[in-house]
Amino acid sequence: MKKFNTIINNIITILFLTTGSLHSAETTDPIKVDWSFKGITGTFDRASLQRGFQVYKEVCSSCHSMQYLSYRNLGEPGGPEFTEAEVKAIAASFEVTDGPDNQGEMFTRPGRPSDIFVSPHPNKEAAAAANGGAYPPDMSVLVKARKGGANYIYSVLVGYEDPPPDVKLDQGVYYNKYMIGNKIKMPNNLVDGLVEYADGTESTVDQMAKDVTTFLAWAAEPELEERHRTGVKVIIYLILLTILVYLSMKKIWSRIDTEV
Amino acid sequence: MSEHEYVPKSKAAKWFNDRLPLLTLGAHLTDYPTPKNLNYWWTFGGILTFCLITQIVTGIVLAMHYVAHADLAFGSVEHIMRNVNYGWLIRYIHSNGASMFFLAVYIHIFRSLFYGSYKSPREIIWILGLLIYLLMMAAAFLGYVLPWGQMSFWGATVITNLFSAIPLVGESITTWLWGAYSVDNPTLNRFFSLHYLFPFLILGLVVLHIWALHIPGNNNPVGIDIKKPSKDTVPFHPYITIKDAFALLMFMIIFAGFVFFSPNILGHSDNYIPANPLVTPAHIVPEWYLLPFYAILRSVPDKLGGVILMFSAIFILFVLPWLDTSKVRSAVFRPIYRQFFWILVIDVLMLGYVGAMPAEGVYLVLARVGTIYYFLHFIVVMPVVGYLEKTDPIPMSISEPVITGGAEPSLARKLNEKV
Repeated sequence: MKKFNTIINNIITILFLTTGSLHSAETTDPIKVDWSFKGITGTFDRASLQRGFQVYKEVCSSCHSMQYLSYRNLGEPGGPEFTEAEVKAIAASFEVTDGPDNQGEMFTRPGRPSDIFVSPHPNKEAAAAANGGAYPPDMSVLVKARKGGANYIYSVLVGYEDPPPDVKLDQGVYYNKYMIGNKIKMPNNLVDGLVEYADGTESTVDQMAKDVTTFLAWAAEPELEERHRTGVKVIIYLILLTILVYLSMKKIWSRIDTEV
Repeated sequence: MSEHEYVPKSKAAKWFNDRLPLLTLGAHLTDYPTPKNLNYWWTFGGILTFCLITQIVTGIVLAMHYVAHADLAFGSVEHIMRNVNYGWLIRYIHSNGASMFFLAVYIHIFRSLFYGSYKSPREIIWILGLLIYLLMMAAAFLGYVLPWGQMSFWGATVITNLFSAIPLVGESITTWLWGAYSVDNPTLNRFFSLHYLFPFLILGLVVLHIWALHIPGNNNPVGIDIKKPSKDTVPFHPYITIKDAFALLMFMIIFAGFVFFSPNILGHSDNYIPANPLVTPAHIVPEWYLLPFYAILRSVPDKLGGVILMFSAIFILFVLPWLDTSKVRSAVFRPIYRQFFWILVIDVLMLGYVGAMPAEGVYLVLARVGTIYYFLHFIVVMPVVGYLEKTDPIPMSISEPVITGGAEPSLARKLNEKV
């Protein structure tokens, strides 16, 4: 698929004779990562998804919601594929507000796999208020909602730097060379060894950034593996059918004196 | 149009056909004499029919799960993508299907421009086609608003605001379109209703378009009138049906490539951010198929002027059959016009490109040059070239390529025997 994108980009470039970049000069292009889910047969790295979920749960989820995901998704094929027992345990580790009960009262209970991911804040306004006025975006489709996709998300996570001397930052604003405009209100939350991976992988900043980006890529496109698999089958089927129809066409048109 | 009267074989069929001649219609459609020299540019009519049916079928299923409410629309689309069985497939076919529909319609329109298919006696087919194209653009714009992402919201704001340029009543019309004082929930509701309606209006126009086509019959690459049925024609079935099927399958392979391997490449990433009336995106751009018109709109410094010019860019096509003064249909025999045709293609592509760029600096200059050329092509080039051009000799029929005032008839016959 990367190739296909490149071809399309090339066609556009050739057609319009342009090499100019649309970005403002100061923003650096995202780092290109060779993700396992790229390409027409790309799949997610299961272990990376599970580690990524751990990073999300222990770090990101204190500010960012993922309201379009349910805990059951974590056990579904093509995702992190936690076992049924693990999914139940993960869900149960969250307190879910339910109700009203037959007394008209809301109550809390342990989460179930069918529940959607519990949001850290009751609403957008509360989320913004708790974060210096900047609403931490819901991360369900974040990878699809940013130009550059997974590369961009990963780059921002590892792109924190000390600002150049000419850049003045307000309180609660951080310098990030990949962020558009270079200013971001999310602090650099990743430090080496921040989480203790269950599978023993060393939790470097780079590793955690890659894992959580992989997790977010899956969250945005949980159908990706099935889509790729189905796509290959559909295209092979269409090509075979096209050949058959082509041969039939040649045979039918051979009855008359015109080439087809 | 069939030259011979169709007679059903069984008594029951005859009884039915005497009361409602559907069988006669079917026989007409299968026997329909079609020029045998149609090339693959002629397969896009069938491809477009496929696109329309695909959009209607996938759209009906999507509407079963979609919620047209400002607070729920974005979430309901994600619900389709995640929880509805094969919802992702249906939605990606529908969203990419719109792009494929426009790709096919642009090829279809430029085919007509090259081979002079809009010329007498096919003016009504052309005008019906333009009405279909107008409705397609309206339907596509309405549909793009429905996911209620950032581009949905701001695209709707920009386009509906165009009407406010109308003197005196503009503001009132815009408010009336919105059903509110800005793009809001009532706007989304009516857009959904109209988005569901328009495809069926298109379907009706398509029936008329095909009906009108079956009166004079197809134009062809040589652009000459042919006797029907004759040695120059083949019955629509099986010759054209199998050829259309082959072309359609090739088209479907490209379509599937987008749906399965790059479903979001033709869309804008901002549309996965829920609509926010308080945050304006850095660049508001329409979908790629509307970009040339967007470039024309923005090339004029005056809002009303831009709107008038943009609509003129489409409405000028309605009088095209009368702007073209050439007696020869096909550009194959028009050495001068043929070059202007390709300049127009490049011009429209360039307008599409600058439509995606910020309206400033060199892009604005290009947009203005492109806009001026676009109108010059239709207002000056077409009448003047058609009048002055010395066309190449034209064959008298498809089967016997006898050139008027040209080659020896016996030579043509010899060539024919070889084939």
